[in-house]
Parts: sequence; structure tokens; C-alpha cells
Amino acid sequence: MTGTPATRPSFDTVAVGDTVAERSFTLQRLDLVKYAGASGDFNVIHWNERVATSVGLPNVIAHGMLTMATAGRLVTDWAGDPGAVVEYGVRFTNMVPVPDDGVGATVVVSGVVATKDDDARTVRVDLTATCDGSKVLGRAQAVVRLP
Amino acid sequence: MAVNPDIVGREYPPESVYEVSREKIAEFATAIGSTDPAHFDGDAARALGHPDVIAPPTFAVVIAQRSEARVIRDPEAGIDYSRVVHGEEKFVHRRPITVGDVLVTTSYVDSVRSAGGHSMVSTRSEIATQGGEPVSTVTSTIVVRGGE
Repeated sequence: MTGTPATRPSFDTVAVGDTVAERSFTLQRLDLVKYAGASGDFNVIHWNERVATSVGLPNVIAHGMLTMATAGRLVTDWAGDPGAVVEYGVRFTNMVPVPDDGVGATVVVSGVVATKDDDARTVRVDLTATCDGSKVLGRAQAVVRLP
Repeated sequence: MAVNPDIVGREYPPESVYEVSREKIAEFATAIGSTDPAHFDGDAARALGHPDVIAPPTFAVVIAQRSEARVIRDPEAGIDYSRVVHGEEKFVHRRPITVGDVLVTTSYVDSVRSAGGHSMVSTRSEIATQGGEPVSTVTSTIVVRGGE
């Protein structure tokens, strides 16, 4: 389980260049429906293929915020405390189409420690997220306060 | 149809309060696939030094988007919601959003730009407690895709 102090990285032991993790996440239509309900974002392009394609999209697309939240789990699981994330920002560079094919979309996320701030005792984790080989998040950076 | 650039600088003051509930945090955490006990178990959150269950870092979007929806619905803005895709999002947290927080949000339109037939609208939402303690700043850019 996450959140146990023994597994948490400490500021002093983390070095610039450290790999945080690399993981694959699957997003299916059900995940989009659940996210729509939980977030209140009911934009039809996230659940209605007819409307999505009629406005020129390749398919129903994942909420950018679901992709961002999913990539963020890489950081919060690593930090062992979701409250350690003091800043988190991304650009949505490509859409994540989620076909209704029983498989869904696969988003591959990795993160590295890019900088350390000795005064604030924070590190900046730079994230890479791809789907079918294209980058879905740009300038994805999380600032994490470590014990 | 381009977005009306005259909405830049517009301020949308708090209209309602948002009460952060245990169930909503659990629902949101589950929807993003998180099983972190800090979102579900007060004791686990307290073991990390938090007063009670905390929300995932991107939960602030739920509160911010309710407030930003006023920009999208603003009849003078001219935004077609079915043509909206998300361009950028950033959170700055002074502390984690926590169960029991009663929050108010003020949203601002920071910029409206046009490029390649699309319009980019950047907003900033300042989330604070009812008592005035700043909690989170959420900046967001939406892209309103141009017609064919």
C-alpha cells in the first residue's frame, strides 16, 4: 500500500535525474463515465460518439483532466502522500481517443526528478505521458514537498 | 465564431459555497483510479500530518470548473461548449483540500487569444475558505475549436 512512511522518499536521498516510476494506465469508456459523474464535467465529447465525431473528433476522447489525474497518481504514489503535491501543471498536447472496443486507450506515464529546491525542500518531477506513441501531456510538471 | 475578447478582465465573484465531503473525495479518488488511503481513511491521513481525509491534487478542478462554467455560459463570451477542448491546467496548493472545508471561488478571465482559427480562453480561479484563507489557485486554458 502507499502512504506508509517507510516507503516514502526523503528530500535528502532523492537526486536530480532519479526515475520516479514508469507505468501504463488503461482508460475505458466506463472510466470516462465515472470521471464525468465524479467531476461534473458532462461535455458530450467525453461520452457521445455521435456528437464527438460530428464536431470533427476521431472518437470519444478522455477528459484531459482524467489523463492529468492519472499521470498525477505516478507522483502521489511515489511521494506516499497526495498532499505533498504543492503544484501540478500540464498542457494537453494531443487527445486520448477512447474507442468502444473492449480495450480502450493505454496511457504510458513516466517521471524523473528534474530539479531540487533546497530552501523549500521540494523537488520538481517532470512527467511524460504518451498514448499510441503520441505525447498527450506537455510541460507536465509536479512540485512535491518531501520530508 | 471567435470568442469575444471584451470578456478579458471580467471577474466572477463567489455565488455559492462548496462543502468538501468525505463521500465526494472518495468518489473522485475512485474515479481517477486512486486507492491511496489518505483519500479514504482519516487515520491514514492523520498519520501523514493532515487533519483529516484530503482530496487528490486535481480535485480542485471540480470546484474551479463550477465557477469557470459561468464564463462558458456568459452569453457575451460566445463560447460553443461542444467545441471546447482543454488546453492547459495548473494547480498551486497552499495546503491540500480537506474534508470539512467550506470553500468559495472567484474566477477571472485572464486572456482571450486567437490562433489558427481557434480561440484560447485562459481563466484563473482563486479558491479560499469562507474565512478568507487562500487554499488553491487553478489556472486553466480552454481551446474553442473554430468552425470548418
